[in-house]
Amino acid sequence: MTEPLLKVEGLKKYFPVTGGIFGRVTGQVKAVDDVSFYVNEGETLGIVGESGCGKSTTGRMLMRLLDPTEGKVTFDGQELTGLSASEMRKARRDIQMVFQDPYASLNPRHSIEKILMEPLNVHNIGDPKERKRKVHEFLEIVGLSSYHAKRYPHQFSGGQRQRIGIARALMTNPKLIIADEPVSALDVSIQAQVLNLMQDLQRDLKLTYIFIAHDLGVVRHISDRVGVMYLGNMAELADTESLYEKPLHPYTQALLSAVPVPDPDFVREEVVIKGDVPSPANPPSGCRFHTRCPFKMDICSQEIPRFAEVEPGHSVACHLYEECRPQ
Amino acid sequence: MDERKTILDVKGLRTSFFTDDGEVPAVDNVDFHIRQGEVLGIVGESGCGKSVTSLSIMGLVPSPPGKIVSGEILFQDKDLTKLSDKEMRQIRGDDIAMIFQEPMTSLNPLFTIGNQLREALKIHKKDWSKTQIQERAVEMMKLVGLPRAEALLNDYPHQLSGGMRQRVMIAMALLCDPKVLIADEPTTALDVTIQAQILKLIKNLNERLDTAVLLITHDLGVVAETCERVVVMYAGKVVEEGPVHTIFNDPQHPYTRGLLESVPDMRFKKERLYSIPGNVPKPGSIKVGCKYAARCEFAFDRCRVEDPALYQTAEDHKTRCFLFDPKEAESHDRTVVES
Repeated sequence: MTEPLLKVEGLKKYFPVTGGIFGRVTGQVKAVDDVSFYVNEGETLGIVGESGCGKSTTGRMLMRLLDPTEGKVTFDGQELTGLSASEMRKARRDIQMVFQDPYASLNPRHSIEKILMEPLNVHNIGDPKERKRKVHEFLEIVGLSSYHAKRYPHQFSGGQRQRIGIARALMTNPKLIIADEPVSALDVSIQAQVLNLMQDLQRDLKLTYIFIAHDLGVVRHISDRVGVMYLGNMAELADTESLYEKPLHPYTQALLSAVPVPDPDFVREEVVIKGDVPSPANPPSGCRFHTRCPFKMDICSQEIPRFAEVEPGHSVACHLYEECRPQ
Repeated sequence: MDERKTILDVKGLRTSFFTDDGEVPAVDNVDFHIRQGEVLGIVGESGCGKSVTSLSIMGLVPSPPGKIVSGEILFQDKDLTKLSDKEMRQIRGDDIAMIFQEPMTSLNPLFTIGNQLREALKIHKKDWSKTQIQERAVEMMKLVGLPRAEALLNDYPHQLSGGMRQRVMIAMALLCDPKVLIADEPTTALDVTIQAQILKLIKNLNERLDTAVLLITHDLGVVAETCERVVVMYAGKVVEEGPVHTIFNDPQHPYTRGLLESVPDMRFKKERLYSIPGNVPKPGSIKVGCKYAARCEFAFDRCRVEDPALYQTAEDHKTRCFLFDPKEAESHDRTVVES
């Protein structure tokens, strides 16, 4: 097998909690705690989870917008976690990000041309004439017109702004795009347009995506493989088909059964979980899901389950599957 | 036909906002009704007027710039649009209650949960004693499934999680046994597992207390799961209305069809999503013709010059589309629609 494009090993991010008059560190929020995965070239890895599960923090650490507390990120044979700030800036040419809020992620005082030219200026790509031509070219690629270049962000609708956000990410010809909730602020009919655009771009430009979202329907639609996160841990990771058809982790099962399905005749298998997500500042011992798990055993509150393969390509962190793991 | 009594009847409602550019109708000639104990869903994308409709019923449209220009909202034979502020205050929170999208911002951070729950009772149940009020507050907290109800009453909103706050909001709305509960995107700010709990609770309370629920949402999954009947809105107008099974299995209006097809389904993978071309029009920007004509793949000349009426296509199914005009059906090739 060829080397994956991106490899993440034991990634951790602890945020300090300060308190008192002197602002001493009184605790830690374990936002991401020991997460490992890989992404192959040309595929889409979906990461799902509820708010506070650490999916966005993970995405930001891959770009080194946040520095990991521990762990290793290897991209295209280069270890990103060891790079200096200026080396990292060069590496970002190949990794770009699309953000959730198309209203907040574009500078309202810059024209679209200026916004799109910025990455070219930063990375010193082409001469001014070439840059301009590229701006127009990419505007057309994402379904806008070159006359839009002179306009400002407020003149566009949410869906159009997200297209601009995607165009900006594409300007440097990246290999990997990390999209953090790219369609959750959009209406259903616009969401479909943007998802289709992302799929077309992937096919035409041979892009690799990490698609972070909370909407399980959207993630199923766009992903080849899906990882489910819970309270800073990766609970389960598998091919999209097997994850949705045969979820192993009780949390994944509960999550899938909680999604409302647009079909009034649909009868669901109900896996009810009680209560709320515990605070990541004070996570439960052992398996972090044991406080809400319907299949809780004694071992669950004592020992952290291993995240390992149960079937080829299907990994899960749950004590229920401990026996069937290959040693 | 449903035998239950109509409890709330909205007729020809038009709510406009008066801006520097003139009158912008956010809700334009909207008709619908809710029967006793029924769950009615209003579904539509942002800017379709679903929230303004609910605010109009509650008499909470910010005025100025907003104003109910014409139409009637009949509740127990009273026209709510004609009532004085004082009369409206007696109905609001008592007969008709509302829960909002953001449980974080709908509660006052400076007062305890108990304080805020008791306030509603103090206003509407003037003859109740303090103990009666306290008991009722505890009873409602238990009803919505909150643990250690008594202790929670002394807590402040920030001490509760999002799901718990939304439960408190529901408890507060149900304090006075309202006949109609308006829920405006009650689960949009919540995670899926919590959303499932809250929807179940609303449905459960609807059955137990026989409260009619008007559920406003953009999520078709939520509608399919909780509602009996559905009203689909687009650009301030009702475009289709019918029982939930009919709307999902046999949608008629091109917009409803497009919307249903653009939702990625969690149960199977569609090769490619259908997407409705173009954008939702700005309110008031389309003056003549069908509001959906510019995005509609079936649009013909008449759609661009004339406003379609809401045609009755079955006993309980209405569609605002010329394709379902009996006159049009004779001349127009219906096979286009069926395909």
